[in-house]
Amino acid sequence: MNEALIAETVSITGHDGDEIEAYLARPLGVDSFGGVVVIHHMPGYDGGTKEITRTFAAHGYAALMPNLYHRDAPGASPDDAAAAARAKGGVPDERLVGDVGGAADYLRALQGSNGKVGVIGYCSGGRQSFLAACSLPLDAAVDCYGAFVVGEPPEGMPLKAGPIVHLAPNLRCPLLGLFGADDKYPSPDQVAELDKALTEAGKAHEFHVYDGAGHAFFSVSRPAYRVEAAGDGWQKIWDFYRRYLAG
Amino acid sequence: MCTYLTEKIAVAGSGKGTAGWIPLTDATVYLDHPQNAPAEHTLNIDFLNPAQGPSARVAVELTADSARALARAIEATLQAAPPGLA
Repeated sequence: MNEALIAETVSITGHDGDEIEAYLARPLGVDSFGGVVVIHHMPGYDGGTKEITRTFAAHGYAALMPNLYHRDAPGASPDDAAAAARAKGGVPDERLVGDVGGAADYLRALQGSNGKVGVIGYCSGGRQSFLAACSLPLDAAVDCYGAFVVGEPPEGMPLKAGPIVHLAPNLRCPLLGLFGADDKYPSPDQVAELDKALTEAGKAHEFHVYDGAGHAFFSVSRPAYRVEAAGDGWQKIWDFYRRYLAG
Repeated sequence: MCTYLTEKIAVAGSGKGTAGWIPLTDATVYLDHPQNAPAEHTLNIDFLNPAQGPSARVAVELTADSARALARAIEATLQAAPPGLA
């Protein structure tokens, strides 16, 4: 693989037929590729998550990150859009599913697509990755430290998102979970509860909980970054997607 | 974590943002991941004018200690003002 890629901003059809902005990175010189929908973290459609999107393309996948805050603040900078979305309590679940579904359709329609599409999300996007995988025809899902899959948000939070562990029997593809042992949201007990629910539902999944890591350990520009956990986590992602998306 | 824990208040005054001075009508105060500050969580304040769109925003991200010091300084300054001024 020569790691050549092209990255650009595109318009995709999301929930309710809305046209929303998205960041597309795809490999060059590759005849056939799988797709990955990247769900950005709560701070938004930012430079760090665009870099992650390009990393998937460098490894041979077409990757597409919808701007989940596009409707809240069209044309605004990512940080202003994140503030506007936060003030509204985050992204409604129904809208998230529609936007990820639209992104998956876009990836499948690309010339060279092998028809397989996975999803990955970080932080609030980890929960949304699980939600999408329980709601849409996807081929592989990765949940990076998603909070409130298990457990109610503390009282007083104007968060529209509640626990969704009850959706485990609906999971439609294998799930890779990457978590930090020092994280509080999700806590190791909550990760264990999701693990148990998936096992009881007979759903293929593999979880890894890293010692010495907390929330957001993949985030290279934050103090939470943990090089050992992130390095091993990336290897787990490549191995997982090679099994379910490549070819 | 993504706390979304947010206090919203109405304010009156002005703030200087990327497009120059704007009249402020609202403020949100929340503890969450910062966009830029080198800390895992910060006390964030957005001074806003929603009628002018999401970019009409003056933002600060402070460590918890500095946010508390700021709150004390604001209160002390107002308390020390001559009668009738504040």
